[in-house]
Amino acid sequence: MSLLNYTLRIADSSLISGQRLAEWCTNAHTLEEDIALSNIALDLFGQANILLEYASELDGNKTADDFAFKRNEREFFNLKMTEQPNGHFGDTIVKLFLFSSFNFLFYNKLSQSKNKNLSAFAFKSLKEVKYHLKHSKSWMVRLGDGTKESNKKVQESLNSLWEFTGEFFEMDEIDNELNKKGIGVNNKSIKEDWNNIINTTLLDSKLKRPEDGYMQTGSKSGLHTEHLGRLLSEMQYLQRAYPDAKW
Amino acid sequence: MNENKFQDKIDSERKIEPKDWMPEAYRKHLIRQISQHAHSEIIGMQPEGNWISRAPSLRAKMILLAKVQDEAGHGLYLYSACETLGVSRQELIQQLHDGKAKYSSIFNYPTLSWADMGAIGWLVDGAAIVNQVSLQRTSYGPYSRGMIKICKEESFHQRQGYEIMAEMASGTPEQKEMAQDALNRFWWPSIMMFGPHDGDSPRTGNAMKWKIKRQTNDELRQSFIDKTVHQAEIIGLTIPDPDLKWNEERGHYDFGKMDWDEFWDVVNGKGPCNKQRLDHHKKAHIDGKWVREAAKAYSKKQKDLIIN
Ligand SMILES: [Fe+2]
Ligand SMILES: [Fe+2]
Ligand SMILES: [Fe+2]
Repeated sequence: MSLLNYTLRIADSSLISGQRLAEWCTNAHTLEEDIALSNIALDLFGQANILLEYASELDGNKTADDFAFKRNEREFFNLKMTEQPNGHFGDTIVKLFLFSSFNFLFYNKLSQSKNKNLSAFAFKSLKEVKYHLKHSKSWMVRLGDGTKESNKKVQESLNSLWEFTGEFFEMDEIDNELNKKGIGVNNKSIKEDWNNIINTTLLDSKLKRPEDGYMQTGSKSGLHTEHLGRLLSEMQYLQRAYPDAKW
Repeated sequence: MNENKFQDKIDSERKIEPKDWMPEAYRKHLIRQISQHAHSEIIGMQPEGNWISRAPSLRAKMILLAKVQDEAGHGLYLYSACETLGVSRQELIQQLHDGKAKYSSIFNYPTLSWADMGAIGWLVDGAAIVNQVSLQRTSYGPYSRGMIKICKEESFHQRQGYEIMAEMASGTPEQKEMAQDALNRFWWPSIMMFGPHDGDSPRTGNAMKWKIKRQTNDELRQSFIDKTVHQAEIIGLTIPDPDLKWNEERGHYDFGKMDWDEFWDVVNGKGPCNKQRLDHHKKAHIDGKWVREAAKAYSKKQKDLIIN
């Protein structure tokens, strides 16, 4: 059960980030960026798909699509950061950058998991996340060190999204149990490397690192912001409205 | 003199390349046609983009997002082909926003159910392929090569769309109803995608002589209809045309009268989504202004650093 839960946490973060990023399709400032964001969203859906297939195997009953389209808000375990609305391009980039820098380090550790499914998944995803990090980082620098307006905008994005970074490094019973077994990652152990990525990037971007203040928590037990419910009601609409249909 | 050499080249099936001499009217015709095609790819992302967030399975979501992304790639490719004729992407987008450039009217219809994702892939990409296969042999080199590349992806889209339709047509009664409804709504606009009858198409003349176009609107339309009727039969859907009938003598299907008043209304801005599609594109462009400016300012700073 712990393993299933652990798998869903990772899967859900990918799925919900992908769902948000895909909202950019037809809305980006150039065609090139439209394509880039769709690419990243496709990677994330692909990651979610692999893990939800694995979850389905562990569960023995539900399919991957059941997991994606038939769970309620309280049964989703994605990081709260990932469900936040896209806002403007700077908000999206900050979200993507903070999440990808964490994911990069997390997958790096997870690729050494004793669980073959998780390690293979992490190994495969690492290449993708490297690109997500590179892409978002290059935009952090361009926006931060672009115009006065862009610097101000992206600094504000950073300030308001910062409270969602606390969740990255939390450890609960499930995390501790799986970490002890050599399956899961000790999230606290990647904080220092994460700090390094963040600090050097912010320096290059002429942005200030926000103070740690109130930090959001709760997603590990399925507690979310109000945004997730709306996101799910849209994403799950067809499966819910036509429960007998196959698609 | 130039003009004769140019026509000789075309008549002997050699491609015209960007640096070759060409009549001004040829260049203008190409810019209009290629940019219209590019804008169609880009505006065409919107009706399908409308369902990405609601796709009913992970697989369907990934296929649809990848498809819409392909269309963005087609747009990019065609804008580049257009740029070889001496007009920038920025100018072309300005023309679109000013209402001076057109795009395919089919995208001015709303997508109202998931079955519309099937109908668009099957019919709209299907019609596009018939047109584009013919354009692979167009006389302008960069356009011709673009079409060859794009056609491969379009036929993929067509198959994926047909697959959605087939699945829904054999699904629950509600799904079948959605599929038939989508076909009913998209059929006539799809066959009108090929443009007016040959007699009413003011620009066909030179385009055929210059081999920009290789087949007439009516020929292309007929070949699309002949192909599609059978596909509809296989999945048990009915094409909404009571006059549709096999004509043994012609070796083609006869079909009913198209509503050209509606067609011209939509072309001229009076369609269900004309304003919405253009506003959407403009909004994305305006919202992204600060980002484009930031990128420009940053790259200028970097260049200055290197120089100093
Ligand atoms: Fe296309
Ligand atoms: Fe096309
Ligand atoms: Fe297509």
